[in-house]
Amino acid sequence: MRELLDDAQLTARLEGHTLLVTLHREPANEIGSSMLASLEALVPILRSGYVDGTQVRAMLTASSVRRGFSAGADLRELHRENQAAIERGESDAERTRAVRTFLDRVHAVMDALDDAPFPTVAAVHGVVFGGGLELMLTHDVVIADRTARFAFPELRLGLIPGFGGIPRLRRELGNAIVRDLLLTGRSLGAERAYHVGLVAQLVASGQAPAVARRTAEQFERFDGATARVAKRFMKPIPKDELAKEKGLFCHLFTSATVTNALARFDRSTEAMPYLPARPGPEE
Amino acid sequence: MTREALITRLLDLAATQFARPREALFAEQDLFDALEIDSVDAMTLLTALESEFHVEIPDYEVQDVRTFAALADVIAKRV
Repeated sequence: MRELLDDAQLTARLEGHTLLVTLHREPANEIGSSMLASLEALVPILRSGYVDGTQVRAMLTASSVRRGFSAGADLRELHRENQAAIERGESDAERTRAVRTFLDRVHAVMDALDDAPFPTVAAVHGVVFGGGLELMLTHDVVIADRTARFAFPELRLGLIPGFGGIPRLRRELGNAIVRDLLLTGRSLGAERAYHVGLVAQLVASGQAPAVARRTAEQFERFDGATARVAKRFMKPIPKDELAKEKGLFCHLFTSATVTNALARFDRSTEAMPYLPARPGPEE
Repeated sequence: MTREALITRLLDLAATQFARPREALFAEQDLFDALEIDSVDAMTLLTALESEFHVEIPDYEVQDVRTFAALADVIAKRV
């Protein structure tokens, strides 16, 4: 076993020929600049398929955080950076440029994961929301435990997914369920997600990492070059749609609706304010 | 299933799921207070309800629900 990375966001190690990535940032593996930097550190491996001369033949991504796989983008960080830019008097065009730079980095990581020259498996549980769902969708096979719930809550913020979620969800599912998820922001339970084909295998609570480990071992048994050809044939990266989604996100980002929604989110005292709110007095 | 039977099953499930004494739960209670749950736990409850009653419950249908009885009425529309 070789330790490759162990920081506040994730650990990455090579066990045999399998790259094991475990997200462990409390409370729910939010993807902000720190998580992004940690994921970026893996990109050379994802692109080359090698660690110091050892071929990677499988990858497993999981979370050791109780609340789930990932709650998505770090909206508090996004809000604070946006607020600071507004206070500095930056124009909409400047704020759009900053968010596009961030999204370009995110997309580079997501595309590298999606296009990795070895099969990848994600083991998911609990919250798999927004950017967390987008991260999951880059993997070839998804093993979900029965506690997993999937959602794109971005419309609640006046946004659409920006990490490649819509094109990758459309690659997996029919448009009816895609529109339902996007336009209502509702969450889908693991069982329904399994039945509509969002996840490949449904397992008992807490069992996803172990089952995914066995799946990664199975990946390793086959010829790597053949697996690479099969994967790229079955799962082409929807580049044009990804670029369009990024453009739409940037277009929406500077609206007052988004600024206000992010501020509301930041003020919320709920552990995870992107979930349906507890009923309470209106502001 | 009658409304009363549905509420009883719901209260049984809630008591088991969140380790609360069953006799302390009743239909018109505020379920967040009775179960001492936050929005994360509410998501767990939603998953348990979907599994128990073999229905799918969109979050927005339970967003304004406060009591067990009101939650039972949401489930009743789908069983």
